[in-house]
Amino acid sequence: MIEFVSFMVVALDSAVRLSVPLLLACLAGMYSERAGIVDIGLEGKMLVAAFAAGVTAFLVPNPWVGMLAAIAVAVLFALIHGYASINQRGNQIVSGVAINVLASGLTAVLGNAWFREGGRTPQLPGHARFQEITLPGADLVKDVPFLGTLYSDIISGHSAPVYLCILAVPLTWFVFYRTRFGLRLRAVGENPHAVDTAGISVMKMRYGAVIICGILCGMAGAYLAIGQSAGFNNDMTAGKGFIALAALIFAKWRPVPALGACFLFGLLDAVAIRLQGVALPMIGQVPVQAIQSLPYILTVILLAGFIGKAIPPRAAGMPYSKDR
Amino acid sequence: MSAQARGELPLWYSAGLVPVLNVACAFLVAGLVVLAIGASPIDAVRILLRGALGSPYGIGYTLYYATTFIFTGLAVAIAFHAGHFNIGGEGQSLLGGLGIALVVLNLAFLPSPLLILLTIAGAALLGAAWAFIPGWLQAYRGSHVVITTIMFNFLAFGLLGYLLVGPMKRPDSMSLETLPFVEGARLFRADEILGWMGIAMPRTPLNLSFALALLCALFTWVLVWRTRLGYEIRTVGANPTAAHYAGISSKRITVIVMLMGGAFAGMMATNEILGVQQRLIADFTAGAGFVGIAVALMGRGHPVGIVLASLLFGVLYQGGAELAFDMPLMTKDMIIVIQGLVILFAGALENMFRERIAGWIFRKPVEVAP
Repeated sequence: MIEFVSFMVVALDSAVRLSVPLLLACLAGMYSERAGIVDIGLEGKMLVAAFAAGVTAFLVPNPWVGMLAAIAVAVLFALIHGYASINQRGNQIVSGVAINVLASGLTAVLGNAWFREGGRTPQLPGHARFQEITLPGADLVKDVPFLGTLYSDIISGHSAPVYLCILAVPLTWFVFYRTRFGLRLRAVGENPHAVDTAGISVMKMRYGAVIICGILCGMAGAYLAIGQSAGFNNDMTAGKGFIALAALIFAKWRPVPALGACFLFGLLDAVAIRLQGVALPMIGQVPVQAIQSLPYILTVILLAGFIGKAIPPRAAGMPYSKDR
Repeated sequence: MSAQARGELPLWYSAGLVPVLNVACAFLVAGLVVLAIGASPIDAVRILLRGALGSPYGIGYTLYYATTFIFTGLAVAIAFHAGHFNIGGEGQSLLGGLGIALVVLNLAFLPSPLLILLTIAGAALLGAAWAFIPGWLQAYRGSHVVITTIMFNFLAFGLLGYLLVGPMKRPDSMSLETLPFVEGARLFRADEILGWMGIAMPRTPLNLSFALALLCALFTWVLVWRTRLGYEIRTVGANPTAAHYAGISSKRITVIVMLMGGAFAGMMATNEILGVQQRLIADFTAGAGFVGIAVALMGRGHPVGIVLASLLFGVLYQGGAELAFDMPLMTKDMIIVIQGLVILFAGALENMFRERIAGWIFRKPVEVAP
């Protein structure tokens, strides 16, 4: 029993860390898709952001400067996607694939050319990374059973982006459901013609959404490179952008369920790592791949409408032109 | 895409000049990236072309890479004609490899020609099966095929990862692979075949599956442009409502194009697994499914265009390998950059020049593709 509790404490603690990039990318996708721009390029934007963060934090050893650079680069890529989708009325899926492939190639080429370490950026010293923050009173309540453990071991002791990320959830909820901007943003994704008739620029709203998407992807990438690790590694996003996309569908494009979905997927990942080669009582050894595949399987089942129904924003993926 | 973008313009313009301009743009930007890392683009192109086309050895490798891309390009293109986007080439190819391994490892006693025919069938069948589920879900449950095929790529990686560390793993080896195949389950290499005819060619991985790829391209052309089914596919792609009105079931067509796409992608494994590796290994697709997207966009969904685009990517992959040897700055990732740029300019930004230049040439307003 004690073994199980300590296992869960460690797993939950690492689930928090693992779900942060997922949640940031998921919220990023939410802004974009709620405004009608389908974005399968979350993975690529996170990757270029992680690279920019790794390079910048090496040149200027300050994590916040690294994060700013990450955001700038991710927004640039988001604008390419925006230009193709909004101005050129191109295929948004194709554009997303292009962003992903381009990001994977560019980070490797530039990383190798600049640092000659096979695409990695140099290891960063502690002060160039986001440090863990001990929340006030965490040491004090450490010995209180359950709640004290929860506070000091799971909630406390993470770096600044983790807390920013968790704050982003209520903030997104507020923006979506309690502000004029949010109402218009959602309307643009459902019925752009109505928004246009009301005298609001569909193009401006969609660009706004795409830029916010870039900012959040930038934060996600920065957290990967200079929060979770000490520098950029080749293809370090490793499919997280697609898990975030799955979480976005799983949460049915809503901010609070997104928190739940991302935490669930993060927990699955954390458990999968810890169960490697461990035989469970009654069940036996569970293949790691089975647990790692669960987010995808669950999303496919949900999309198929066998448990509930995930309906995307109605105008998602469709280019808008005034004359139709 | 191609059908609706063609509009009123002459073929030499919309299928000739515009795609060439788009691809030229991609290469121009790639050249800037080469300059940015302090290398010479001119030198790079020279080494690349010499490496890919300057010797029979280079040409062999170029055609070997092109074979893979023809398969994955057709897998994307056939679905495109019905208006669907099959991003699942990667996963479908992996399953194709599994199909080959299952046939060879279980039916090794069969005579060689029969065994090889069965492996090809196995590759096509498992690839098609892996594409069937997303296709069926799209047609009958309305789940978007793009998302489900992405998910199925990851599921395929998971499945193969599990099989190759567990049940199918070669017991006496540390690496993730099955037992080697029997000698009868090998496609003849081009150098062997030419050797029987008395023509000397250095040994390269180019094998009989190149012919299979060309057959598939021919099959696609006949099917899409010369049969009733192909007409139905193109109608669904151009206008699903009109297709429905004409009594064509878009659900049936969706399932059919996904099945065929999966079969093409699955047969890509004949080149890698049957022709070269002679055992099932993990991750043998190495992103070929995504090259297929670039190839299909560049070739505008037409088999001739796909073969040409595959040859170009074959040149890039083989030349790129030589390039990495001569110019250490230019790793194979440079080819991935070019691939991304091709998808961007020939795909997402395909209309960037179309209207503008048409305005100059034809001096009339042009119908804009939706």
